[in-house]
This record gives sequence, C-alpha cells and structure tokens, in this order.
Amino acid sequence: MSVRHRIPDEILAEYAAGDLAEAFGLVVASHVSLCTESRERLEEIEAVGGAILEDVEAEPMGAGSLEATLAKIADGPPPEAPLTFSSTDAGTYILPKPIRDYIGGDVESVKWRSVGMGVKQAILPTSPEATARLLYIPAGCEMPDHGHRGMEMTVVLQGAFLDGEDRFGRGDVEVADEDLAHMPVADVGEDCICLAAADAPLRFSGLLPRLFQPFLKI
Amino acid sequence: MPGSVAEQADWTGHVARIRDAADQAAFAELFLHFAPRVKAFLMRSGANETLAEECAQEVMATLWHKAHMFDPTRASVATWVFTIARNRKVDMLRKQRRPEPEDLPWGPEPEPEQAEVMARQQESERLAGALATLPEKQRALVEAAYFGDLSHSEIAATTGLPLGTIKSRLRLALDRLRHEMKGVTR
Repeated sequence: MSVRHRIPDEILAEYAAGDLAEAFGLVVASHVSLCTESRERLEEIEAVGGAILEDVEAEPMGAGSLEATLAKIADGPPPEAPLTFSSTDAGTYILPKPIRDYIGGDVESVKWRSVGMGVKQAILPTSPEATARLLYIPAGCEMPDHGHRGMEMTVVLQGAFLDGEDRFGRGDVEVADEDLAHMPVADVGEDCICLAAADAPLRFSGLLPRLFQPFLKI
Repeated sequence: MPGSVAEQADWTGHVARIRDAADQAAFAELFLHFAPRVKAFLMRSGANETLAEECAQEVMATLWHKAHMFDPTRASVATWVFTIARNRKVDMLRKQRRPEPEDLPWGPEPEPEQAEVMARQQESERLAGALATLPEKQRALVEAAYFGDLSHSEIAATTGLPLGTIKSRLRLALDRLRHEMKGVTR
C-alpha cells in the first residue's frame, strides 16, 4: 500500500519553519510518519532552512554569553518531557506515534463521542487556532457535504474515503480550502478512521447537518 | 563565512568532538558561528533581544547535550541547528506543542559512512549556490517563509499579493532549490 496524495511543499515549509498551527502540524507529522517520500521532502525543505540560517545577517551575542552557555551546559540537560507513549514499543498501530502521544495509546484508548449516524469523533487538545479531531466513519457512510471558510487537512489512518474521482487510503492527505465543496464518503470494506484539522468552522450545505453543527462542535 | 566544503566538513567534526570528548574549544567555535545566527532567526520571528539571546544560549546548550543524536548522513550541522532553533521558537514564542514525525527505527551510526556525509555536504554546497542565484522576489519570499513569524496568509496580507500567488511562487522556489540541491538538471 503506498501513499499517493501528499502534502504540498509550501505546507511542509510552514511546518519546517514552525509556523503551522499545532492541529495542522499534527496532520503533517502523521502523514510524514506514514510516507517515506514526504519524509525525504521534509528533510530537503529543512535543509533550505539551514542554508538560510547560514546566510542570515547575524545578531551579535551579548558579552559573556559563551560562558553563560557553558554554565547552562554544566547544569545538565533540562528534563525531557515525559513520553506519554514509548516509541520503542513493538507491534503495529493504527494511529501513528504523533497521534498516540496525544491519545496516550492506540485506537482502543480513544474516547469517542457519537455524533450520529454511526459517526464518532474525538477532539484532540491542541492550540486554539485550529481544531484537530479524529473521525470514525462506518464503511460506506457519507460525510455531510460541506465547504470551508478556511483550510481543512485530513489524513487517513484506516480504511479509505472517496471524494469525487479521488480515493484516499492510509497515509494519504486531502488539503481542502474554501474553493472546494467536497463530499467525502467512507469506502466500503472497512470503517474509516482519519484525523481532520480545520482552522474555521465547516460550512455544511444541507439543512440537517447545519442543525447538527453546534452539536458537532466544528 | 563558511561555505567551502572543507569548512562545513569541519562543523561535522566539531559536533563529533563535543560528542566524543566534551571538547569546549570545538563548542566555542560552533557557538561563535551559530549563536548569532540563531539569535537573528529568533528576533526575526518576533522575540525581543533579551529573549532571543536567552533562547540562542539554550539552543546551543541543546546542541551540546544532543550531540550524540546528530546524524551527518541525514543533515548538515546548519540544518540540524535550524531545527533545534525552530523547535525552541515553537515552544517559547508560539507556546505550542510541536508534533514530530515518528523517528526512523534506526539512529545515527557510530561510524557514519563517509561517502554519505560527503554527499550531504555537496548538497549543502549546491543548495547555498542555488539560494544565491534565486531571483530576488523568490528569494525574499523564501526568507520570509522561514524567517519571520508570518503564515502564508499573513505574508499575502503584508505584500498585497493574492494568497494563491504567494503559494505558487513559494512552491516554484522550493522546487528549484530542491532540484538544484540534488544536482538534478531540468
């Protein structure tokens, strides 16, 4: 199984520069964990950051800064943030490590909330500029037809969804902006789990989904 | 200014000397070169001078503590320092968690393959050359995208250019840099 829908370079560059909101960063990190080609591209795009760092007009450091830094070093490394999940655990997972770190485990640890019609979701605790939520969509089930005011990025973790002519499987990413009104449908065969990040409330075009919107918290 | 292959090779050696011998002289030279650049990066990202100075020191201390994690077959020292500084920026300035991709199951080799290290250094050389010859408009955009705490929509608002133009220009520039870095002629 290979990843076919990848994250565009300019979004990888925002991630590499540390300018992407946390929720979108989580989609990028998940996709890169599942796609070797994008990992290589990210490394190249980070190398551009290194080249610019070499080239930048430097700001002189204060007097005694080297000594101050050596004193910091002598104090030892700062405590690492405890890992919520060990990267060395053997086994295969549905959720890639960046998401497991938010959940504290794999799919069985997700605290799903039903949002009707068999669809379940779990909102992950990220910075408020954008929302990240895991979605569980039963095989063959339609997602509400919706457009966007902002950007939405979705990475598939299990199963697949179809959107128009395109099929998105594990590791694939769909990037949608306000020009795209789309209608994702979970592929038959397997229930679909994906992570969707959005920076503005979704705008559903049907009346019924709109009634659901406050309830969906999206 | 570093730039020659020999000098960049030397930075890799500096990190190895810190890792293997806790070599303060090697660290001092790295500090002299990179700390002012990291400070500039952080100030361009919106930090005031005091905070940028403090964070630049922390970034350099992290370089010392993580010297064993540096893999010269995957990145140049400058790129590695850039990623440490970038992480500090997300943490300190944006006050966010940064989701990182899953680590590859293998870490740095104790004795990295010299041919691979050389290949990375040649790529850095070609990349520096490509950056220098980028048309001014593209170059300014690439710099704004990496340095400066602006999202692409904020760059669009600042420059008055449509967001689509910003994105396509940046994509073109990155494409060109990546291809020249890999030595692919198109």
